[in-house]
Amino acid sequence: MESLRIPILKIGDVLIASIQVALHDASAVQFKDDLLQKISETKARGVIVDLTALDVVDSFIGRLIADIAAMAGLMGTRVVLTGLQPAVAITLVELGLELPRVLTALNLEKGLAMMQRLTEESSDGAI
Amino acid sequence: MAQSKATDIRSDLDIVIARTMARDMAKSLGFGAIDQARIATAVSELARNIFLYANTGTVAVREVERNGRKGIEIVCNDQGPGIADIDTVMQDGYTTSRGMGMGLPGAKRLMDDFVIESQPNIGTKVTCRKWRM
Ligand SMILES: Nc1ncnc2c1ncn2[C@@H]1O[C@H](COP(=O)(O)OP(=O)(O)OP(=O)(O)O)[C@@H](O)[C@H]1O
Ligand SMILES: [Mg+2]
Repeated sequence: MESLRIPILKIGDVLIASIQVALHDASAVQFKDDLLQKISETKARGVIVDLTALDVVDSFIGRLIADIAAMAGLMGTRVVLTGLQPAVAITLVELGLELPRVLTALNLEKGLAMMQRLTEESSDGAI
Repeated sequence: MAQSKATDIRSDLDIVIARTMARDMAKSLGFGAIDQARIATAVSELARNIFLYANTGTVAVREVERNGRKGIEIVCNDQGPGIADIDTVMQDGYTTSRGMGMGLPGAKRLMDDFVIESQPNIGTKVTCRKWRM
Protein backbone atom coordinates (compact mmCIF):
# COMPACT_ATOMS: atom_id res chain seq x y z
CA MET A 1 0.00 0.00 0.00
CA GLU A 2 1.51 3.31 -0.99
CA SER A 3 1.37 5.79 1.82
CA LEU A 4 0.66 9.46 1.52
CA ARG A 5 3.69 11.61 2.26
CA ILE A 6 3.25 14.58 4.56
CA PRO A 7 5.30 17.54 3.31
CA ILE A 8 7.92 18.89 5.71
CA LEU A 9 8.96 22.51 5.17
CA LYS A 10 12.12 24.14 6.41
CA ILE A 11 12.02 27.79 7.45
CA GLY A 12 15.30 29.04 8.92
CA ASP A 13 16.36 26.32 11.30
CA VAL A 14 12.83 25.17 12.08
CA LEU A 15 10.96 22.35 10.35
CA ILE A 16 7.21 22.64 9.94
CA ALA A 17 4.85 19.80 9.09
CA SER A 18 1.11 20.21 8.88
CA ILE A 19 -0.94 17.03 8.92
CA GLN A 20 -3.94 17.64 6.69
CA VAL A 21 -5.42 14.17 6.21
CA ALA A 22 -6.64 11.37 8.44
CA LEU A 23 -3.52 9.33 9.13
CA HIS A 24 -3.61 5.61 8.76
CA ASP A 25 -0.92 3.67 10.54
CA ALA A 26 1.45 3.19 7.61
CA SER A 27 1.42 6.85 6.64
CA ALA A 28 1.93 7.85 10.27
CA VAL A 29 5.02 5.66 10.54
CA GLN A 30 6.28 7.02 7.22
CA PHE A 31 5.84 10.53 8.59
CA LYS A 32 7.86 9.73 11.70
CA ASP A 33 10.69 8.27 9.63
CA ASP A 34 10.67 11.20 7.18
CA LEU A 35 10.68 13.74 9.98
CA LEU A 36 13.53 12.15 11.92
CA GLN A 37 15.51 11.80 8.70
CA LYS A 38 14.95 15.47 7.91
CA ILE A 39 15.97 16.50 11.44
CA SER A 40 19.23 14.65 11.16
CA GLU A 41 19.92 16.01 7.66
CA THR A 42 19.14 19.64 8.46
CA LYS A 43 20.18 19.73 12.13
CA ALA A 44 17.02 21.75 12.69
CA ARG A 45 16.78 23.29 16.13
CA GLY A 46 13.05 22.95 16.30
CA VAL A 47 10.12 21.08 14.78
CA ILE A 48 6.51 22.23 14.72
CA VAL A 49 3.86 19.64 13.96
CA ASP A 50 0.46 21.15 13.25
CA LEU A 51 -2.43 18.83 14.05
CA THR A 52 -5.35 21.18 13.38
CA ALA A 53 -6.92 18.80 10.87
CA LEU A 54 -6.69 15.68 13.05
CA ASP A 55 -10.00 14.75 14.64
CA VAL A 56 -8.71 11.57 16.28
CA VAL A 57 -5.45 10.93 18.10
CA ASP A 58 -5.53 7.39 19.37
CA SER A 59 -2.86 5.45 21.29
CA PHE A 60 -1.01 4.64 18.08
CA ILE A 61 -0.64 8.23 16.92
CA GLY A 62 -0.14 9.36 20.51
CA ARG A 63 2.78 7.02 20.95
CA LEU A 64 4.22 8.07 17.62
CA ILE A 65 4.15 11.71 18.70
CA ALA A 66 5.78 10.81 22.02
CA ASP A 67 8.46 8.85 20.11
CA ILE A 68 9.11 11.74 17.75
CA ALA A 69 9.52 14.12 20.71
CA ALA A 70 11.85 11.72 22.53
CA MET A 71 14.03 10.98 19.50
CA ALA A 72 14.15 14.62 18.37
CA GLY A 73 15.11 15.52 21.94
CA LEU A 74 18.09 13.19 21.73
CA MET A 75 19.20 15.05 18.62
CA GLY A 76 18.86 18.40 20.42
CA THR A 77 15.70 19.41 18.57
CA ARG A 78 12.63 20.85 20.33
CA VAL A 79 9.17 19.71 19.28
CA VAL A 80 6.06 21.87 19.57
CA LEU A 81 2.59 20.56 18.67
CA THR A 82 0.08 23.09 17.46
CA GLY A 83 -3.64 23.13 16.75
CA LEU A 84 -4.63 20.16 18.91
CA GLN A 85 -8.45 20.37 18.93
CA PRO A 86 -9.92 20.67 22.45
CA ALA A 87 -11.98 17.49 21.97
CA VAL A 88 -8.86 15.63 20.90
CA ALA A 89 -6.85 16.91 23.87
CA ILE A 90 -9.58 15.87 26.33
CA THR A 91 -9.86 12.44 24.72
CA LEU A 92 -6.10 11.92 24.88
CA VAL A 93 -6.07 12.51 28.63
CA GLU A 94 -9.07 10.24 29.22
CA LEU A 95 -7.47 7.56 27.10
CA GLY A 96 -4.54 7.73 29.51
CA LEU A 97 -2.03 9.51 27.32
CA GLU A 98 -0.73 12.82 28.58
CA LEU A 99 2.35 13.48 26.44
CA PRO A 100 4.12 15.07 29.41
CA ARG A 101 7.27 15.99 27.52
CA VAL A 102 5.59 17.53 24.51
CA LEU A 103 5.08 21.28 24.28
CA THR A 104 1.88 22.57 22.74
CA ALA A 105 0.69 25.90 21.36
CA LEU A 106 -2.75 27.03 20.27
CA ASN A 107 -1.92 27.54 16.60
CA LEU A 108 0.93 27.65 14.13
CA GLU A 109 1.61 31.34 14.72
CA LYS A 110 1.87 30.91 18.49
CA GLY A 111 3.90 27.76 17.94
CA LEU A 112 6.43 29.67 15.85
CA ALA A 113 6.70 32.38 18.52
CA MET A 114 7.21 29.72 21.20
CA MET A 115 9.87 28.02 19.11
CA GLN A 116 11.63 31.33 18.61
CA ARG A 117 11.81 31.87 22.37
CA LEU A 118 12.92 28.33 23.05
CA THR A 119 15.74 28.34 20.55
CA GLU A 120 16.93 31.78 21.70
CA GLU A 121 16.96 30.68 25.32
CA SER A 122 18.91 27.59 24.57
CA SER A 123 21.54 29.48 22.57
CA ASP A 124 21.92 32.11 25.34
CA GLY A 125 22.09 29.53 28.04
CA ALA A 126 24.62 27.32 26.29
CA ILE A 127 26.92 25.65 28.76
CA MET B 1 -35.78 3.65 11.65
CA ALA B 2 -32.75 3.03 13.87
CA GLN B 3 -29.48 3.41 12.02
CA SER B 4 -26.99 0.57 11.74
CA LYS B 5 -23.80 0.08 9.77
CA ALA B 6 -20.90 -2.33 9.67
CA THR B 7 -17.51 -2.58 8.09
CA ASP B 8 -14.86 -5.28 7.75
CA ILE B 9 -11.39 -4.76 9.18
CA ARG B 10 -8.68 -6.14 6.91
CA SER B 11 -6.05 -3.41 6.80
CA ASP B 12 -4.95 -0.28 8.63
CA LEU B 13 -7.04 1.76 6.18
CA ASP B 14 -10.16 0.02 7.48
CA ILE B 15 -9.36 1.36 10.98
CA VAL B 16 -9.84 4.87 9.60
CA ILE B 17 -13.02 3.82 7.77
CA ALA B 18 -14.49 2.26 10.94
CA ARG B 19 -13.81 5.25 13.16
CA THR B 20 -15.13 7.67 10.54
CA MET B 21 -18.30 5.58 10.24
CA ALA B 22 -18.77 5.67 14.05
CA ARG B 23 -18.09 9.39 14.26
CA ASP B 24 -20.55 10.18 11.45
CA MET B 25 -23.28 8.16 13.12
CA ALA B 26 -22.52 9.71 16.53
CA LYS B 27 -22.81 13.14 14.96
CA SER B 28 -26.11 12.32 13.28
CA LEU B 29 -27.44 11.04 16.63
CA GLY B 30 -26.71 14.42 18.18
CA PHE B 31 -23.54 13.67 20.14
CA GLY B 32 -21.35 16.70 20.75
CA ALA B 33 -17.80 17.20 19.52
CA ILE B 34 -16.10 15.75 22.59
CA ASP B 35 -18.27 12.62 22.62
CA GLN B 36 -17.71 12.21 18.88
CA ALA B 37 -13.96 12.25 19.52
CA ARG B 38 -14.31 9.78 22.41
CA ILE B 39 -16.39 7.38 20.31
CA ALA B 40 -14.11 7.62 17.26
CA THR B 41 -11.03 7.07 19.41
CA ALA B 42 -12.51 4.03 21.16
CA VAL B 43 -13.42 2.52 17.78
CA SER B 44 -9.91 3.24 16.52
CA GLU B 45 -8.43 1.31 19.46
CA LEU B 46 -10.77 -1.66 19.09
CA ALA B 47 -10.43 -1.86 15.31
CA ARG B 48 -6.65 -1.73 15.60
CA ASN B 49 -6.72 -4.58 18.09
CA ILE B 50 -8.70 -6.65 15.57
CA PHE B 51 -6.17 -5.86 12.86
CA LEU B 52 -3.15 -6.53 15.11
CA TYR B 53 -4.26 -9.62 17.01
CA ALA B 54 -6.92 -11.31 14.86
CA ASN B 55 -5.97 -9.95 11.40
CA THR B 56 -9.59 -9.64 10.34
CA GLY B 57 -12.97 -8.97 11.89
CA THR B 58 -15.90 -6.60 11.81
CA VAL B 59 -17.00 -3.38 13.47
CA ALA B 60 -20.74 -2.74 13.65
CA VAL B 61 -22.29 0.50 14.86
CA ARG B 62 -25.94 1.08 15.64
CA GLU B 63 -28.34 3.43 17.28
CA VAL B 64 -29.79 2.13 20.57
CA GLU B 65 -32.30 3.36 23.10
CA ARG B 66 -32.75 2.64 26.79
CA ASN B 67 -35.29 4.23 29.11
CA GLY B 68 -35.97 6.85 26.49
CA ARG B 69 -32.31 7.75 26.19
CA LYS B 70 -30.57 7.57 22.83
CA GLY B 71 -27.17 6.04 22.45
CA ILE B 72 -24.69 4.44 20.12
CA GLU B 73 -23.53 0.85 20.33
CA ILE B 74 -20.29 -0.48 18.87
CA VAL B 75 -19.76 -4.22 18.44
CA CYS B 76 -16.31 -5.45 17.43
CA ASN B 77 -16.09 -9.09 16.49
CA ASP B 78 -13.25 -11.33 15.45
CA GLN B 79 -12.39 -15.00 15.16
CA GLY B 80 -8.82 -14.47 16.29
CA PRO B 81 -6.79 -16.04 19.10
CA GLY B 82 -9.10 -14.78 21.83
CA ILE B 83 -8.16 -13.52 25.28
CA ALA B 84 -7.57 -15.99 28.10
CA ASP B 85 -7.60 -13.56 31.02
CA ILE B 86 -9.79 -10.53 30.49
CA ASP B 87 -8.94 -8.90 33.85
CA THR B 88 -5.28 -8.86 32.89
CA VAL B 89 -5.73 -7.23 29.48
CA MET B 90 -7.94 -4.55 31.05
CA GLN B 91 -5.02 -3.32 33.16
CA ASP B 92 -3.34 -0.12 32.02
CA GLY B 93 -0.01 -0.94 30.46
CA TYR B 94 -0.56 -4.65 29.78
CA THR B 95 0.52 -5.48 26.23
CA THR B 96 1.73 -8.48 24.28
CA SER B 97 2.77 -6.39 21.27
CA ARG B 98 5.07 -3.74 22.76
CA GLY B 99 2.16 -1.32 22.50
CA MET B 100 1.28 0.90 25.41
CA GLY B 101 -1.39 -1.41 26.74
CA MET B 102 -3.71 1.54 26.62
CA GLY B 103 -6.25 0.51 24.00
CA LEU B 104 -8.73 -1.58 25.99
CA PRO B 105 -8.64 0.24 29.36
CA GLY B 106 -8.60 3.57 27.50
CA ALA B 107 -11.57 2.65 25.30
CA LYS B 108 -13.44 1.59 28.44
CA ARG B 109 -12.84 4.99 30.03
CA LEU B 110 -14.04 6.76 26.89
CA MET B 111 -17.33 4.81 26.68
CA ASP B 112 -20.17 4.31 29.20
CA ASP B 113 -20.80 0.54 28.94
CA PHE B 114 -18.01 -1.83 28.01
CA VAL B 115 -18.11 -5.65 27.88
CA ILE B 116 -15.58 -8.12 26.51
CA GLU B 117 -16.55 -11.69 25.75
CA SER B 118 -13.74 -13.90 24.56
CA GLN B 119 -12.67 -17.51 24.35
CA PRO B 120 -9.18 -18.67 23.45
CA ASN B 121 -9.01 -19.92 19.86
CA ILE B 122 -12.59 -18.90 19.17
CA GLY B 123 -12.50 -15.14 19.11
CA THR B 124 -13.31 -11.90 20.83
CA LYS B 125 -16.37 -9.71 20.96
CA VAL B 126 -16.27 -6.26 22.49
CA THR B 127 -19.57 -4.43 22.96
CA CYS B 128 -19.57 -0.84 24.12
CA ARG B 129 -22.10 1.96 24.32
CA LYS B 130 -22.19 5.66 24.85
CA TRP B 131 -25.40 7.40 25.97
CA ARG B 132 -26.40 10.86 24.96
CA MET B 133 -26.63 13.50 27.67
N1 LIG C 1 -9.17 -8.69 19.58
C1 LIG C 1 -8.20 -9.24 20.32
N2 LIG C 1 -7.86 -10.55 20.17
C2 LIG C 1 -6.88 -11.10 20.92
N3 LIG C 1 -6.15 -10.45 21.85
C3 LIG C 1 -6.43 -9.15 22.05
C4 LIG C 1 -7.46 -8.47 21.30
N4 LIG C 1 -7.51 -7.19 21.73
C5 LIG C 1 -6.56 -7.07 22.68
N5 LIG C 1 -5.91 -8.25 22.89
C6 LIG C 1 -4.84 -8.50 23.87
O1 LIG C 1 -4.96 -7.55 24.93
C7 LIG C 1 -3.75 -6.83 25.10
C8 LIG C 1 -4.05 -5.41 25.54
O2 LIG C 1 -4.73 -4.71 24.49
P1 LIG C 1 -4.67 -3.12 24.46
O3 LIG C 1 -5.37 -2.64 23.26
O4 LIG C 1 -5.15 -2.63 25.80
O5 LIG C 1 -3.11 -2.79 24.38
P2 LIG C 1 -2.12 -3.00 23.14
O6 LIG C 1 -2.89 -3.25 21.90
O7 LIG C 1 -1.14 -4.07 23.53
O8 LIG C 1 -1.38 -1.61 23.08
P3 LIG C 1 -2.01 -0.21 22.56
O9 LIG C 1 -3.46 -0.43 22.27
O10 LIG C 1 -1.80 0.76 23.69
O11 LIG C 1 -1.22 0.16 21.37
C9 LIG C 1 -3.05 -6.92 23.75
O12 LIG C 1 -1.65 -6.76 23.86
C10 LIG C 1 -3.44 -8.33 23.30
O13 LIG C 1 -2.63 -9.30 23.90
MG1 LIG D 1 -4.49 -1.99 21.36
